[in-house]
Amino acid sequence: MKETVLTDPIRLLIVDDEVGFVDILTKRLSRRNMEVTAAYSGTEAIQALRKQEFDVTVLDLKMEEMDGIEALKIFKKIDPKMMVIMLTGHGSAQAAREGIELGAFDYLTKPCELEELLVKITKAYQERNKDQTVPD
Amino acid sequence: MWATDMDKSNRQHRDYYRSLIRNMLLIVIIVSFTPMILVSGIILYQFQTSYHEKVHAHLKELVQKHKQNIDSFLQEKLGDIRFLADNYTFEELSDESFLVDRLESLQKNFGLVFVDLGVIRENGIQAAYAGPFKLGKALYSEADWFQKAMKKKYFISDVFLGLRGLPHFIIAVRDNWMGKKWILRATIDFVAFNSLVENIRIGETGFAFILNKEGKFQTKPLLDIVTTRKPYIDFLNERDTTKDEIQVGEQTDESGQKKIYVAASLKNGDWLLVYQQRASEAFSDFQKTLRVALMIMLLGGLGIITMAYILSKRMVSRIASADKEKLMMNEQVVETGKLASVGELAAGIAHEINNPVAIMIEEAGWIEDLLEDEEFQESENLNEFNRALEQIRTQGRRCKEITHKLLHFARKTDSRIQEVEINDIIEELVALSAQKAKYSNVTINTVLQKDLPPLKVSETEVQQVFLNLINNALDAMEKRGGVIDVTTLMEGDYIAVQVADNGPGIPEANLARIFDPFFTTKPVGKGTGLGLSICYGIIKKMGGEIVVHSIIEGGTTFRVLIPFRKPRESKADDSAEEINTG
Repeated sequence: MKETVLTDPIRLLIVDDEVGFVDILTKRLSRRNMEVTAAYSGTEAIQALRKQEFDVTVLDLKMEEMDGIEALKIFKKIDPKMMVIMLTGHGSAQAAREGIELGAFDYLTKPCELEELLVKITKAYQERNKDQTVPD
Repeated sequence: MWATDMDKSNRQHRDYYRSLIRNMLLIVIIVSFTPMILVSGIILYQFQTSYHEKVHAHLKELVQKHKQNIDSFLQEKLGDIRFLADNYTFEELSDESFLVDRLESLQKNFGLVFVDLGVIRENGIQAAYAGPFKLGKALYSEADWFQKAMKKKYFISDVFLGLRGLPHFIIAVRDNWMGKKWILRATIDFVAFNSLVENIRIGETGFAFILNKEGKFQTKPLLDIVTTRKPYIDFLNERDTTKDEIQVGEQTDESGQKKIYVAASLKNGDWLLVYQQRASEAFSDFQKTLRVALMIMLLGGLGIITMAYILSKRMVSRIASADKEKLMMNEQVVETGKLASVGELAAGIAHEINNPVAIMIEEAGWIEDLLEDEEFQESENLNEFNRALEQIRTQGRRCKEITHKLLHFARKTDSRIQEVEINDIIEELVALSAQKAKYSNVTINTVLQKDLPPLKVSETEVQQVFLNLINNALDAMEKRGGVIDVTTLMEGDYIAVQVADNGPGIPEANLARIFDPFFTTKPVGKGTGLGLSICYGIIKKMGGEIVVHSIIEGGTTFRVLIPFRKPRESKADDSAEEINTG
């Protein structure tokens, strides 16, 4: 299995009300040199965002307590530069397009390959830090 | 139980449509017949009244004419006797030979109307007689007519038998001679007089007669017709005999027959000329007209009823067809609704399955990650672990594909026109139908021409068309299996898609109706008969064509042509394009 190793640990926030999914993704991504914070609802994610800055957020669009689009709008108010990657079911393509228009970076349909997700996280991180000088 | 319910439902429907026919028939009959009867009744009444008046007027005129004739006759005869009385003396007329001469003269001029002449003294003894009877020196002092004649200058008697024993009547003129009264009398031939009245005949029952004030016949009526005199007595009592006008009346006699009576006074009211006729005969023309009119009305009425029945039945039959179509459409709507619900359910389930599948795949990936650690590299079963994990990922991907396809297809119909790659759609549909094909033992082959231009159509509608064709082919070969070949290729301005199977084929009789709405050969509940008609409509809307060829036991081929650009109208278009781009 090919691992993608990053120089600086990416501060990643995973937001999804599917606990099993968030936990396993946290384990796998932590193993790949990421600082992963798990939030099991939009409200938890907002609390986490108020405490620290994150480079990339992986956000599930279909959550019960707070809709993903609604959460996205609040995230963007808190941190306009935040890079959000949306996770959608196949029938939510319209919602995904709406998210892109609201400023999300990209989207993937569930279930997705980890490699695919890693590529998008890396790109999002690079996009966020593209104005910063690259350390030696 | 179900069959009984069906029978009951069918019976209820039949009863409903029968009552509908009955009601329509009733309304048409009432609406047509009511004005017809009213108008006919009014016209008939007016006609009857006019006809009655016409007949009465005609009879009045007839009677008037004959009254004048009879009165003239009597006056003439009286005038003749007056002439004799005025111009000859008692002495002259008492000479029998002279009297005979006078009688002969009268008979020569006027025929045998004058039967005899007689000169009678004041005491009632006949002084002279000229005539065929042996009445010389007869005594009339006690005779009723003599007594009446002596009181009047001019006298016409009623008809009586007298000494001669034959019906006759007297015309008498009273005169004076040497201070004593005497009478010159003439006997009028009854037969001659009777014939005046007898000749008044119309039809079989119209005849006339004369009555005196006591109601006694003065002429011989047709007694075989006249059964009773009561109507005339009543008539005589009712009418005002002093009036000289003709009177008309209708009465029902004791036998129940209605008769017309026309009466006129004669002899200054002493006699009554009566004309009678059975009303049914008098108004026979009217009766005939009435019968014809009624016959026409009856036939017309029968015609109206027949046509009303036929039209009602036809109309109700159309209503029944429309009701049946409506029912089928409602069933289709319900079925579509059910399908939509099933689709939504499937979409909901597919969506929910995504999360556990995603977790499954990630957990398998996590195990893979952990197996990279050194302590696991030396495990004997490492390869087996990796193989099993790969299998989990493979099956997870498979679940993802299935749910994605289900979700894709369960989307609400999107009629947006967009550019669509027909080969992609065909491949997607074939994949979707793979399971059903497997269970039906059918192989689906595809031969798809590469680099086909995109179609500007509604993706969901195109999917609907070809999924329908593929499903129909699968249904046809459900029991026996077979092969379906789906091909795509470019033909001029069209993309041709062919769905061909080697199934049982479609009978020629059904081929002509295959695209008709509600036409289906599937059992009740298995098909609504709308699939191919919807396909036809969709393809036609796109500007394309759909045709079918089939051979019994030789398979069926549906060929769909969809334009990918507007067909060139003429070579002029080609030239114009060359000039523009040249």
